[in-house]
Amino acid sequence: MKSLYTAIRASILFMIVCGLLYPLLTTEVAQILFPFQAQGSLVEDNGKVKGSVLLAQAFTSPKLFHPRASAAEYDPTASAATNAAVASPDYIKSMKETVDAIKKENPSLQNKIPADLVTTSGSGFDPDLSPEAAKAQVPRIAKATGLSEQLLLSLIDKHTKGRQLGIFGEPRVNVFELNRDLLAQSK
Amino acid sequence: MAIKQKKTLSKEMITQAVIDSFKKLNPVMMIKNPVMFIVEIGTFITFVLCVVPDAFGPSTVSRGYNVTVFLTLLFTVLFANFAEALAEGRGKAQANTLRKTKSDTIAKLLQKDGSIKEVSSTQLRKGDIVRVDAGKLIPSDGEIIEGLASVDESAITGESAPVIKEAGGDFSSVTGGTRVVSDYIIVKVTTDPGESFLDRMISLVEGATRQKTPNEIALTTLLTVLTLIFLFVIITIVPLANYLHIKLDTATLIALLVCLIPTTIGGLLSAIGITGMNRVTQFNVLAMSGKAVEAAGDIDTMILDKTGTITFGNRMAAEFIPVDGVSQKDITLAALQSSVKDETPEGRSVVELANKLGVTWPENEYADAEIIEFTAESRMSGLNVSNGTKIRKGAVDAIKAFVITANGSIPNDLEEKANQIAKAGGTPLAVSINNRIYGLIYLKDTVKPGLKERFAELRAMGIKTVMCTGDNPLTAATIAQEAGVDEFIAEAKPEDKIEAIKREQAQGKLVAMTGDGTNDAPALAQADVGLAMNSGTMAAKEAANMIDLDSDPTKLLSVIAIGKQLLITRGSLTTFSIANDIAKYFAIIPALFIVALPQLQALNIMRLTSPQSAILSALIFNAIIIPLLIPVAMKGAKYKAMDANRLLRRNLLVYGLGGMVAPFIGIKVIDMMIAGLM
Amino acid sequence: MSIGIIQVAVTLLIALLLIKPVGSYLVNVFSYEKTRLDRVFGPVERLFYRIMGVHEEQSMDSKQYVTAVLFSNFVMMILIYAVLRLQKHLPFNPDGIDNMPSALAFNTAASFITNTNWQAYSGESGLSYLSQMLAITFPMFTSSATGFAVAIAFIRGISGNKNELGNFYVDLVRLITRVLLPLSFIAALFLVFQGVPQTLHGAVTATTLEGANQVITRGPVASLESIKHLGTNGGGYFGTNAAHPFENPTPLTNLLHILFMLLLPTSLIYAFGVMIKNKRQGWSVFAAMSVIFLIMLGTVLFQEYKGTPALHAMGIHGNMEGKEVRFGFFESALFTAVTTAATTGSVNNMHDSLTPLGGFVPLAEMMLNNVFGGKGVGLLNGLLYVILSVFICGLMVGRTPEFLGRKIEAKEMKLASIALLIHPILILVPTALAFLRPESMASILNPGSHGISEVLYAFTSGAANNGSAFAGLTANKNFYNISIGLVMLFGRYISIIAMLAIAGSLATKSRVAASVGTFRTDTPLFTVILLMMILIIGALTFFPALALGPIAEHLGM
Repeated sequence: MKSLYTAIRASILFMIVCGLLYPLLTTEVAQILFPFQAQGSLVEDNGKVKGSVLLAQAFTSPKLFHPRASAAEYDPTASAATNAAVASPDYIKSMKETVDAIKKENPSLQNKIPADLVTTSGSGFDPDLSPEAAKAQVPRIAKATGLSEQLLLSLIDKHTKGRQLGIFGEPRVNVFELNRDLLAQSK
Repeated sequence: MAIKQKKTLSKEMITQAVIDSFKKLNPVMMIKNPVMFIVEIGTFITFVLCVVPDAFGPSTVSRGYNVTVFLTLLFTVLFANFAEALAEGRGKAQANTLRKTKSDTIAKLLQKDGSIKEVSSTQLRKGDIVRVDAGKLIPSDGEIIEGLASVDESAITGESAPVIKEAGGDFSSVTGGTRVVSDYIIVKVTTDPGESFLDRMISLVEGATRQKTPNEIALTTLLTVLTLIFLFVIITIVPLANYLHIKLDTATLIALLVCLIPTTIGGLLSAIGITGMNRVTQFNVLAMSGKAVEAAGDIDTMILDKTGTITFGNRMAAEFIPVDGVSQKDITLAALQSSVKDETPEGRSVVELANKLGVTWPENEYADAEIIEFTAESRMSGLNVSNGTKIRKGAVDAIKAFVITANGSIPNDLEEKANQIAKAGGTPLAVSINNRIYGLIYLKDTVKPGLKERFAELRAMGIKTVMCTGDNPLTAATIAQEAGVDEFIAEAKPEDKIEAIKREQAQGKLVAMTGDGTNDAPALAQADVGLAMNSGTMAAKEAANMIDLDSDPTKLLSVIAIGKQLLITRGSLTTFSIANDIAKYFAIIPALFIVALPQLQALNIMRLTSPQSAILSALIFNAIIIPLLIPVAMKGAKYKAMDANRLLRRNLLVYGLGGMVAPFIGIKVIDMMIAGLM
Repeated sequence: MSIGIIQVAVTLLIALLLIKPVGSYLVNVFSYEKTRLDRVFGPVERLFYRIMGVHEEQSMDSKQYVTAVLFSNFVMMILIYAVLRLQKHLPFNPDGIDNMPSALAFNTAASFITNTNWQAYSGESGLSYLSQMLAITFPMFTSSATGFAVAIAFIRGISGNKNELGNFYVDLVRLITRVLLPLSFIAALFLVFQGVPQTLHGAVTATTLEGANQVITRGPVASLESIKHLGTNGGGYFGTNAAHPFENPTPLTNLLHILFMLLLPTSLIYAFGVMIKNKRQGWSVFAAMSVIFLIMLGTVLFQEYKGTPALHAMGIHGNMEGKEVRFGFFESALFTAVTTAATTGSVNNMHDSLTPLGGFVPLAEMMLNNVFGGKGVGLLNGLLYVILSVFICGLMVGRTPEFLGRKIEAKEMKLASIALLIHPILILVPTALAFLRPESMASILNPGSHGISEVLYAFTSGAANNGSAFAGLTANKNFYNISIGLVMLFGRYISIIAMLAIAGSLATKSRVAASVGTFRTDTPLFTVILLMMILIIGALTFFPALALGPIAEHLGM
């Protein structure tokens, strides 16, 4: 019986220390040190939240760069992935359709399709595109906006992030930032 | 060390084993072996399928296939039963031989008033006193309380030369069923009927009281759990296959199960245990339990008596030492002459040594000489040649007295040289011809040949040898070095042995020792393996957990080897059995699913002809491997003394790697044969 | 390709370099001798002991230790269940999340108390901030500390001379105060620095660049993320776990997650070597695990980089489905191999969308359940196979098998058998049950062999206390919630009870002296034997099921 009593006391103690004190203390310190990130890396324009740098948004306009497909419809309250079985005939069929659509949009793409452009992301909010996937969209955007491909390519280069510490991760372009810049250019 | 390998397999034994393997199909007996019990259940289910093919849902296979699976399974069980029956049969044969000596005898029971009453030996109780005359069987185990007799113990030891037994001392115990050859003895009975040495021995070799040993239980647990796991694997695969619209045939599932569970070791396990005990018995060592035999394999330290175990005990001539004024050749010749007619071991050794030194003497020269036997009173022996020459050898004092009586003189250096020999642990014998002393024979305790190599082997196995002797440290060191033992205890008292055992045990070592005297009993009981000599006292035998019927202490070495071999055989066959599964998987899994999932053909790496032939080949291989391995189970896996890491590597190569490769070849070959038949 | 190899190699090298210092520190933490650490942590710890009513120097035998584990975990599980069922009425619920239904709450409580972190709920919509802290973050500390304490107690048992395994509560406190809390705190701040949110403010509605509304959920994420990986827990704050940019925003956070997952499981093996006074023994076990890990890692790397033939024909190289651009093929595959090896269960890419053989890797690692293995229990499973190997090898050299000088006899084999048996049963039986019920088969997203993998994966993940998911299975159904919940509880506590009983039994045995007659268990030869044992007994058990699932799918591709 005594051991049950000890168990109860220990459980409540740890619940308070690990479940309350630790996260609350972390929150306080984080808010002081890194307030922007701690709030979710929110970007505001004129006091209005436009979105988080870290989360992809639904861009459907042909004038904007499209992020990777999202099984969550870019809704952060319901993150999701397709969970597609990549070897299944269904998946292969749907991929064929996607690839054909992309090729129609950009005839220069023939033998090498950027894999991230035609697949769905894991989180549903992949904020990035590979530079190749971004460049693949340039002809469409140029056509829709009238901006020169040259300018669009230089925008992509400007927003391309390299590997962290020169090793980790893949080169990538943040679609939110890229589109924000693009919109600024279009004005 | 002579290994008495008796011819063990006779036609009758095999016939009996075949009959027994059917009798053992009785589920009540089978359930003791969980692995084979599962196979038996499978056999029964396939039998039902042979009769009613649709008993468990619509059948997709031919009746011939079901019958083949049924027969193969039946044979798998029978083969395993056969192995066990054969092992038991061997024990029974030994027991029968023993039982023949156990006929009822009429005992002469001494009543309190001194009169003699004739009763059946079965009526004797502990404490009764009986008289046994020459030519009669001793009715029960007991201690001699009066008299001296030579006893023929060949019935239990197989040794034809009678041994002397007398009241008091270390040679007072007698065994029921042995025969008094000369004189008579009064024996106090020490066991009740049914509990005698012979009774116990019969039940032990027969395996009637066979209990699973600790290690065997542990292994059985492992095998049972593996069987259970595979049982779950097979049962649970059915709904998964259903989901993919694969109909799995019941007979095939049973075949897969039987192939995967460790039937090889499961079928041979009890045979290994029984024959392990039998092998000990074949060495004329009686182990009180299988546990003791297993413990023998774990021995780290052996404590051995010097006399009788490491050395011959009866001393041998090592050197001839002339006294002043005598040449080496003369003393050698004199010693030889004194011993040509001496048949005692000492005498033989003198002749041998002289011959080795290049001195010979025609044997028939003294054909008519009078032989003077050694007596305790005269303490010398020799010859009175027909020409009047008196040749003597014996204790220095006795020879001195003899020579003085014949008006001879005593050489000045005799005493000193004799003392030197005694100091070195040897025994001096003086040699005289008529009234002249020629010199001394240096009798020395000699290390038995081959022991040094055996001890080196033991060292390689990681076993330390400790020699116990009553000798002084100097002598002890000499012998220890000569014999190559690791340590010795000189001037040892019986308590020292217990001390030594306890000291080793405190370091976590397992200790074995041999002994025969009553004062060895506590140490024998303390040791993890105590091997008592059958010639020893009842107390020693009671305390020990093994008894050597031949009273040869070096047997301990063989017992250790047998103990190790027992475990090695189990481990090796388990490894083999488990390693076999890889090939069987690759035979059966593709066969099982290939109709619905043709892509699994890629897993059919043996390129077996058809799904059915693949399953049958795996199953048949699984069955016939059991009889093929019966010889290994019965004889034990090959064991050579070497350090554990090398031994492990070797056995892994043979049974592990071999176990992986063999079924690939075997199944492929059987498949080709089946394909030819189909 | 080559940069990918470098990414993997550098990550593993850093992990390798951390083993020795962290392992030594762990030994220090669990040593009951006085150490310099006492001065730093002593006052707080003594306060904790006073509150709990625990006497620091009171050692427990194996029965008492097990009792303490079970009692404390039971109480904690009830607390967690209560929080989940009442979250609507409790504070820190800015988004107004409703109470959790009972079957799901049972599943979640069982999941987090067993360190499985299987998530049948979705964090952003199913949990209040308080629940994320009290029902998720809290047991992330205690469940991993419990696992470690048990492993340490086991090691004390097999290396000591008495049935004194230490004091469970002292071990729990020390691991939390000296390792988990400080490291989690520092790591959490780094995560925030890289972009992980840590706030108590509720969701914010953004007007996107295209003018639509996007509700951005957030919360105290960083404090959960750091302990999630350090304690090899794996339960994500959000539904898509470490693939979510808020949980794992940059390659560097990804690196930290991977290193944290490997940190304690690998160091524990080193600590094991030190505590039994045979470092070589520790390394030989480590080597066997590493070989399996590298084989698995190589497989998933290669398969994902190569992609499927059908995609290749369309001009798509590699399999990016369910993966994030910032991690690419290699760091995704590495994460997959690590998270199931260390039984963490978090994912930075979707395992259901791995190539068939790529998906085979996490499944197989969880089935083996001893490739490093998380929170101590992995080491125990590894040692279970060590005991089995020792048993069979011991026989083969003709001695009663012994490990670390202790004889392995019938009693130990019986207990080991229970531990060995429970894992496949917990995986195969419920999987078979699921395929017997049409209503539970309806939860399967993808048909055919892949569907088998999905169900098999769920129960394997539960039994291995891993928690990762082949998310295609709609597991938030009463059948799965309750069956997986039970599988997690049995998977954890039965093996803990059996292994501690073995420790108690071995602890009281007198130590047998080693000689040339004893084979050594700290050699490359033994590593190979251990490897074969794990592969033959551990892997072949699941071969039929795997043949129907990923293997058939791969061969049919």
